[in-house]
Amino acid sequence: MTDTSFTSEAALKRLKKRRGKEWRFRIWGRAAIGFALAALAWLLISIVGTGYTAFQQNFMTLEFELSESVLAPDGTRDPEKLRGANYRRIVQTTMYELFPEVTDRKAKQELFGLTSASGATNKLRQMVYNNPELIGQTINVTVPASDQIDQLLKGYIKRDTDESRRKVSDQQIAWADTLKERGVIKKKFNRILFMNPDSRDPELAGIASAVIGSVMILVVAFVLAFPIGVGAAIYLDEFAPKNKFTDFIEININNLAAVPSIVFGLLGLAVFLNFMGMPRSIPLVGGMVLALRVFPTITIATRSALQGVSPSIVDGALSLGASHTQAVFQQKLPLAGPGILTGSIIGMAQALGETAPLLMIGMVAFVTEVPNSITEPATALPVQIFLWSDSAERAWAERTSAAIIVLLVVLITMNGFAIWLRNRLEQRR
Amino acid sequence: MTETIKTKFTCRDVRVHYGDFEALHGIDIDIPDRGVTAFIGPSGCGKSTFLRTFNRMNDTIDGCRVSGKILMDGEDIYDKNLDPVLLRAQVGMVFQKPNPFPKSIYDNVAYGPRIHGMTSSRAELDNLVEKSLRRAGLWDEVKDRLKLSGTGLSGGQQQRLVIARAIAVDPEVILMDEPASALDPIATAKLEALIDELKERYCIIIVTHSMAQAARVSDKTAFFYMGDLIEFDNTDKIFTNPGNNRTQDYITGRTG
Ligand SMILES: Nc1ncnc2c1ncn2[C@@H]1O[C@H](COP(=O)(O)OP(=O)(O)OP(=O)(O)O)[C@@H](O)[C@H]1O
Ligand SMILES: [Mg+2]
Repeated sequence: MTDTSFTSEAALKRLKKRRGKEWRFRIWGRAAIGFALAALAWLLISIVGTGYTAFQQNFMTLEFELSESVLAPDGTRDPEKLRGANYRRIVQTTMYELFPEVTDRKAKQELFGLTSASGATNKLRQMVYNNPELIGQTINVTVPASDQIDQLLKGYIKRDTDESRRKVSDQQIAWADTLKERGVIKKKFNRILFMNPDSRDPELAGIASAVIGSVMILVVAFVLAFPIGVGAAIYLDEFAPKNKFTDFIEININNLAAVPSIVFGLLGLAVFLNFMGMPRSIPLVGGMVLALRVFPTITIATRSALQGVSPSIVDGALSLGASHTQAVFQQKLPLAGPGILTGSIIGMAQALGETAPLLMIGMVAFVTEVPNSITEPATALPVQIFLWSDSAERAWAERTSAAIIVLLVVLITMNGFAIWLRNRLEQRR
Repeated sequence: MTETIKTKFTCRDVRVHYGDFEALHGIDIDIPDRGVTAFIGPSGCGKSTFLRTFNRMNDTIDGCRVSGKILMDGEDIYDKNLDPVLLRAQVGMVFQKPNPFPKSIYDNVAYGPRIHGMTSSRAELDNLVEKSLRRAGLWDEVKDRLKLSGTGLSGGQQQRLVIARAIAVDPEVILMDEPASALDPIATAKLEALIDELKERYCIIIVTHSMAQAARVSDKTAFFYMGDLIEFDNTDKIFTNPGNNRTQDYITGRTG
């Protein structure tokens, strides 16, 4: 006979075995979470480690003499002429005056190389163009240092490597150190990174056009995908007849959510660009492609939110004489709201990170202007990251990581907002 | 003829199918216009199914078909031209689990009148809400917190709120499916007292598993067994001198 008492030897042995199982599972779970956290920490440390220095940059505050003989030799203030004037000459003069003892042509060129040539000339051109009164005056202007000097002063270019193997000469190092001592070169918050569009010079490149492009793309995607996604979900869940055909549609929507996003890019290329003849690189098309990408996500989230609403609420409304549509829209949908919003925000966060489909529709263009409308060429944040990551120079690596940090911060904010919103709306029940 | 109470529902050969499964096998019954009719019977015998035929809530269940005739005041409620939405305004329902909307107490009661456009001013609506809550015996408990959520009330209060919500549309019939099964004895007693009051104005049909409750609140009792109506008579007759052995077995606790 088997002893069935809970304190028998066999029972105690079974208990021990059960405990052991539970213990092993806990260890396993903790190991999995530990691994995930370690991976996350590694990602953050490596990216923040290379990128955080990009939020500051070395600038030079210099005295420029805007002499009339150089900028407007004929004495007129014709805007077109002012735009084409020789600002480079002004910058050169200023730079040479920093170290008057330098006379050698090659040395002078190196000296000029301390500053960002296009950064300084563009800035002066802009100022004079806006205010021709400045001609003849001597003004103090802060301009970016060249990317090499910036990298040197940030310690990324090693002074002890052989001179022939770095782009900064010993002479330039000495000058940069002196200027830093004199207070001409100073490290400041890097507004350029946020305010400028892309540029060929790393010290002048910023993410403004990419951020604006991304925002436009997201707005277009949301405006298209939200009503379509939510509408499809409500129809499928509440009004569609239950038959093979709707089953088929349901399976396809679920599949659509798992289709690699590059396929949507190819579809967009074929339909929007080649067939409909829309222009390349514009946020409108990017948004349309990403709307296709995220609408299944929104549909799935909406359906699960709708299915999570207790049917007794709908029954209650129906029993009072509400029509089906009234019961769904007045009672069920508001209750599913938090779930729908969370799903949509997460879908939008997905869209923000999408790169491949945007590459397919030509959003890799080198865009040096901040777009003003959804039909002007733009790029997107992840694409900008992709573009910059392709360049070998150290200054680009730093900016790439900075752009990734910005992207991550936005993503975390969006997801955090989704969670906050859900908690808040659910508390109100 | 001494019969003075009119018949509210006349049912002839009512059958209900869920897909291929026949849950009710041809029910014939006449439900009186005033007073309380109780449906009793073992679990799964089809009480809820039958109750839902009176406000066509079975229409919302996939695969559910109703055949036979159900007349309300002589009119076929399964007529093709009759909109179930209008029927449900006349036949209210209270469910087993209280299901107030997750909105304010006021909005819960006001929902029905609003969708039917029953009032033309805010003051009128306020009046209707108060009247309904008073009739449901809830006014004194909630009059100071009409803006608070209906889901924050106790189970018994919620059930009376749901009754107030149903009353607000001014129905002729109130269906109740085990309305007290989620309530404690005190809340149940309150609910039964309420039913006693309401039966003067409304035709009430109640499904219950409690023999004592059926005996206390109802005037007529119908006993169902496996999809058939076994016996339908005055409640005191059913509980003192049932005409059928199965009924006898059930009310004395030998089956079910
Ligand atoms: N939605 C449904 N789909 C399929 N079958 C159903 C459905 N609802 C009820 N049934 C079946 O119909 C029969 C009657 O069910 P019903 O719910 O009316 O019983 P009941 O008498 O109310 O039982 P209880 O006392 O447990 O509430 C049961 O056999 C049940 O399995
Ligand atoms: Mg039931």
